Amino acid sequence: MQSIGEAFSIAIALVLSGDSDLLAIVFLSLYVSVTATLIACLLGFPLGALVATRRFRGRGVLLVVMNALMGLPPVVVGLLVYLHLSRAGPLGFLGLLYTPTAMIIAQTILIMPIVAALSRQVLEDLHGEYAEQFRSLSLTPIQTIQALVWDGRFALLTVALAGFGRAVAEVGAVMIVGGNIDHLTRVMTTAIALETSKGNLGLALGLGIVLMVIALGVNAAVHGLRLTARRHAYV
Amino acid sequence: MKPTDVLCAAVMALMVPIPVQAADSILVQSTTSTANSGLYDHLLPAFSEATGIKVRVVAVGTGQAIRNARNCDGDVLLVHAKSAELAFVRDGYGTSRSDLMYNDFVIVGPLADPAGIKGQSNASTALRAIAQSGELFASRGDDSGTHKKESALWQDAGVDAIAASGAWYRETGSGMGATLNAAIGMGAYTLTDRATWIGFGGKADYGILAEGDAALFNQYGVIPVNPAKCPTVHAEAAQTFVDWLLSPTGQTAISTYEVDGQQLFFANAKAGGS
Amino acid sequence: MFDASGQIARSAGGTMMPLRVHQLGLCVEGNTLLQGIDLTLSSGGCTVIMGPNGAGKSLFLRALHGLIEPTCGSIDWNGLPAAEATRHQSLIFQKPVLLRRSVLANVEFVLKARGLDRSDALAVLEHVGLAHKARQPARLLSGGEQQRLALARALATRPKVLLMDEPTASLDPAATRAIETVVAGACANGLRVILVSHDIGQARRMADDVVFLNAGSIAEHQSSNDFFDQPKSAAARDFLAGRIPA
Repeated sequence: MQSIGEAFSIAIALVLSGDSDLLAIVFLSLYVSVTATLIACLLGFPLGALVATRRFRGRGVLLVVMNALMGLPPVVVGLLVYLHLSRAGPLGFLGLLYTPTAMIIAQTILIMPIVAALSRQVLEDLHGEYAEQFRSLSLTPIQTIQALVWDGRFALLTVALAGFGRAVAEVGAVMIVGGNIDHLTRVMTTAIALETSKGNLGLALGLGIVLMVIALGVNAAVHGLRLTARRHAYV
Repeated sequence: MKPTDVLCAAVMALMVPIPVQAADSILVQSTTSTANSGLYDHLLPAFSEATGIKVRVVAVGTGQAIRNARNCDGDVLLVHAKSAELAFVRDGYGTSRSDLMYNDFVIVGPLADPAGIKGQSNASTALRAIAQSGELFASRGDDSGTHKKESALWQDAGVDAIAASGAWYRETGSGMGATLNAAIGMGAYTLTDRATWIGFGGKADYGILAEGDAALFNQYGVIPVNPAKCPTVHAEAAQTFVDWLLSPTGQTAISTYEVDGQQLFFANAKAGGS
Repeated sequence: MFDASGQIARSAGGTMMPLRVHQLGLCVEGNTLLQGIDLTLSSGGCTVIMGPNGAGKSLFLRALHGLIEPTCGSIDWNGLPAAEATRHQSLIFQKPVLLRRSVLANVEFVLKARGLDRSDALAVLEHVGLAHKARQPARLLSGGEQQRLALARALATRPKVLLMDEPTASLDPAATRAIETVVAGACANGLRVILVSHDIGQARRMADDVVFLNAGSIAEHQSSNDFFDQPKSAAARDFLAGRIPA
């Protein structure tokens, strides 16, 4: 059995080697998860803001569903997307199965509820502060939502980060809809799963360490941004 | 520029599609052992250079590979479960099945060998010994080619292993590598194809204990997916790939692949399909 | 429009917004908070609404602005009900609600929301003496500066009526004077101002007329001079004399 220490030295050697395959896998991981996060935010922030600011029939049900979907198992999402994108499925004609686009779709579905539910919480608090002023300004619902999302942008960044973290770390969904195809749909997590199944635990853990370092870097960058924002009393 | 514009632009830029599978590329639904052992890394560059056709491989268990191919999510099926393969062709999903190559299954276990099966060349006897000793046995339990073979071996041995599921018979429900990891983790015996075992990186104090029975023969077959059933397949390129695999060039390439000085697969294509 | 001197120039005809309140009442969960309010205001000048805590001053102001739906009676702003008059008015809160943006962006936000020319924003800031802080984060301003920014934002949309709910209650005298100067200037240029205040000195300085509210009803409505010289109601006399009714 390989030791953890060995895994670290493998990780460092991997990074130092600048191996082009590794770089491609890292890039694809980031491409897929960042894109999924952006789309999930684009849809999830307005949805969260809508639920935070408006009272409508079925709002309570929507809230419960949104919160429950935060716990969606990645494999289930992967299967659902597979069944739709498969050639035998309703969207099979698009030819998207086993492409990065399919992985983006799966991860977007996976993290949209997280982004929507958490942003609802953030924006509801902010709306409590702004609501009367906004009504005094006779803002339209769309203007209200736009202003809330923009003013909550630094808090929402943390929400986006939570979504990104889940997307970049999940393996179940991308494995099924991406197929872990070398040089096409292999990302960090599926590469780790593959190396684990080959018994190369040291290499698998080394890749895992690289993934964690990337996640750490992204989080540090956002934290820095938030610190700046806090100095400006924008948080 | 408004922040929303920036976001939109960013998303648009990111959404520029990475080219969807082009006409000159095919997708192989494959069993894991051929992929994990590195065989494709050895074969595919030569094939692509000769024909200009790119080959992408999805490596899953044989059962799942066949199901995916039945959904038309692949151009070529390369697995090792002959009766399921024949059914696939019979149901019209494949044009024809050909023997491609073989290797064999082996029973691996802790070198200390508490069930005392070392050197046993009769698989049924070895499995009966494991069952009687009460030592753990890790099964794929995932409807894969290896799992199908293992179930048949238990039947030959006259042992109802399923009845002991959860006791000494442990079904991992995962791939070969994960099952090997699990077996080594809990000190269990398990059945694996030789190629995966040779390529497996975390052998620890495990080794091959029983091998050489004719019943452990492991035949791989290759089937182009039928365009009559699946109009979207790249039938021509798929046929080119299968023909190449079965040709002397492809067969030689298979037989010359070695890991640690050991040959993993033995080409045995016959002229014409079966 | 904001002319070169930074003063608010208006055409007299466009600003006419007389107010008629008839038998206004507000009940919430069985509690009567406002009752039987009749009030008529002309379209110019500065009216100060005074009264002890709990008299209903803030509720009345919000009802006039259309933020609260009264349970009975009617509000008529030159033919418009309160909810439709909101967009012709600005309301300033005791605690300014500023966006998490720069000083300038706070003004630009309301201009854009109303479809007005955003390039006016700097002139508006100039008018309240905040142009030099245009690029600073709004929420790092001092209390007085924050309220001046709220005032700039309120005036930027060229309202016909400016409603203010104790805008200087938590400010020091210098900051209070800065606010009053701007408001008085706007009022002199024809803006209708309705100001809720606890501050008797401020009411003396600003008011053309005073509405004195007590227990959800109007105790009296007089010109400023008459109110301070000869308050008619006992409640107003107690209030002005600093007596706390038992």
